Amino acid sequence: MAETSRSLARIGGRLRSVAPLARRLFDSAASSVDDWMTSKLGEEFNDRLGRVPLNLTATGVDPFGMDPQWTKYALASVALLHRHYFRTEVSGAENVPSSRVLIIANHSGQIPMDAALIGASLFMDVEPPRFMRAMVEKWTQTLPFVSLLFSRVGQVVGVPENAKHLLTNEEALLVFPEGIRGISKPFSKRYQLADFGLGFMRLAIETRTPIVPVAVIGGEEQYISLGNFDGLAKLLRAPNIPILPQVLLPFGALPLPTRYRISFGEPMRFGGDPDDDDSIIEEKVFVVKATIQSMLHRGLKARKSVFF
Amino acid sequence: MTIEAPPRPRSDPPPASLRPAPRPRGQGTVLVTGACGRLGKRVVRLLHRERPVVGVDRRPFPDKPKDVRHEQVDIRRKKLKDIFRSEPIEAVIHLGVMHDPRASQAEHHSWNVAGFQKLLEYVAKFDVPKLVVLSSSNVYGPQPDNAQFLTEDAPLLGGARFGEIRDLIEVDMLAQGFFWKHPGTETVILRPVHILGRVHNAASNFLRLPTIPTLLGFDPMIQVINEADVVRAMRCALAPGKRGIYNVAGPDPLPLSHAIRILRRPSVPVPYSLGKALLKRLWAFRLTTFPAPELDHIRYVCMVDDRRAREELGYRPEVTIEDTVMSVDEA
Repeated sequence: MAETSRSLARIGGRLRSVAPLARRLFDSAASSVDDWMTSKLGEEFNDRLGRVPLNLTATGVDPFGMDPQWTKYALASVALLHRHYFRTEVSGAENVPSSRVLIIANHSGQIPMDAALIGASLFMDVEPPRFMRAMVEKWTQTLPFVSLLFSRVGQVVGVPENAKHLLTNEEALLVFPEGIRGISKPFSKRYQLADFGLGFMRLAIETRTPIVPVAVIGGEEQYISLGNFDGLAKLLRAPNIPILPQVLLPFGALPLPTRYRISFGEPMRFGGDPDDDDSIIEEKVFVVKATIQSMLHRGLKARKSVFF
Repeated sequence: MTIEAPPRPRSDPPPASLRPAPRPRGQGTVLVTGACGRLGKRVVRLLHRERPVVGVDRRPFPDKPKDVRHEQVDIRRKKLKDIFRSEPIEAVIHLGVMHDPRASQAEHHSWNVAGFQKLLEYVAKFDVPKLVVLSSSNVYGPQPDNAQFLTEDAPLLGGARFGEIRDLIEVDMLAQGFFWKHPGTETVILRPVHILGRVHNAASNFLRLPTIPTLLGFDPMIQVINEADVVRAMRCALAPGKRGIYNVAGPDPLPLSHAIRILRRPSVPVPYSLGKALLKRLWAFRLTTFPAPELDHIRYVCMVDDRRAREELGYRPEVTIEDTVMSVDEA
């Protein structure tokens, strides 16, 4: 042990001699990134950062490992896409309460860009600005860097205890009740909601959390999916692999620059027993699903162009 | 796994007339097993000012306080019974759990499980009103799908990947079984997070390394507690009327990298697969005291919700996070 730790110490010593130079380079890079961010996003971005309600411990992170510094850079890059690439149109931002809230949205687009853009609009367009929390798949925790990044930008492992904990801390929590069924829809099924899970409703009733229904339009056209490679997905143990002809074009791997339209509906409150039978919970879930579906219909009717 | 409720021959304890007059509840004699460990000594030093203390350990206790009675006994031996017979014991604190990763599985099992069963037998036989067992939140085990803060009713999965911890889980379960079978004894099971200080456990030894290896791309949130706070929690548990299972946490959780930063030590990130292979080799050549499955502790979260201990035991950690982390370097 002594031998190994001594050799480790030697490596550490060498690293330390490089460290001051690296730190200076890193610091200057960080400050130029900060300047560039401010020029692109305006002073408003920094002003909003100062107003986000945070629940930090003495060590500068929140109990779930969210670090405001990491979150700042993640949000800045998403906010750039939000403002300049997808040019998101946000409506109903005043419907988001300033205390605990469950954001329930339709899921679309093959990659979870919708989650990122809802997060950006909760920060850029809602008063007071919020750091949105979302739940991630358990297996992401086994991946190096991914688990670290998710944890530092406030994404938590998808277990009910964590959701309850966040809501009692008055956080804004995003849930896609369609789950993987929603995000992997083929183009022919666009804007038709898949089955909703029931967990979010039990959670809302138990923690007395208002539900804000959200309709996201624009995600379904960013990748045109003809279907899924089911056999290949099973072989690779991936949730799904979409058939996307556009990736064969130059820059085709990027999502198409469709214009996103995110509308926040009025908060809905549900009472009753969180442990009721599935059939009773299903009725309440259906009310939310119908609301989101009609918001989608209205939005699609009003939309003149997919790209503008 | 089950404990036979021992028969209770009424003649066994000496007749009441021969016993010294019982002290008021909460001031009677405390028996501490594992009294000569670093944690045990702290417990004994704290308690002997308030009430009589009997230390039990197979090791000698050279610098023991004068008013402490020390019995150099192996808890598996019959002689343990004589201690219970000689004076009325009001509370037993069980710290005598062996965690030597190099000792054989058989020795571990015989000491930790069989020894504890003997102790439980006497606690039942002599109607000891209070039993405090020091378990650990390692019994939950670090898992990728752990809730951020595990409550006391979370399953004990620590042994799934790490066999050496199984007898610690068994001790916890034996104590739970005892809690239900013997309502006459107030049983308290404490599950503290990683204890830091002068103690020689895996967490403290890890943070004492001159260069601390971490896993590349992983930086889990961790909870640590100073040994003084653990001792304080034990004193809270001794109060009459307290019973049950309690997670015990220290100050606010922090990322592993912040703890290393507080210590101002260099750290070297190692890819998980390489780290695991390396650690297995080192272990086989007896160059390290860390078995490879313990790497999961610096990969996944294993944190607890200590609300119940705060509300019901009235426990509060008093050592700050900086002092808790720095305490591994205390001489």
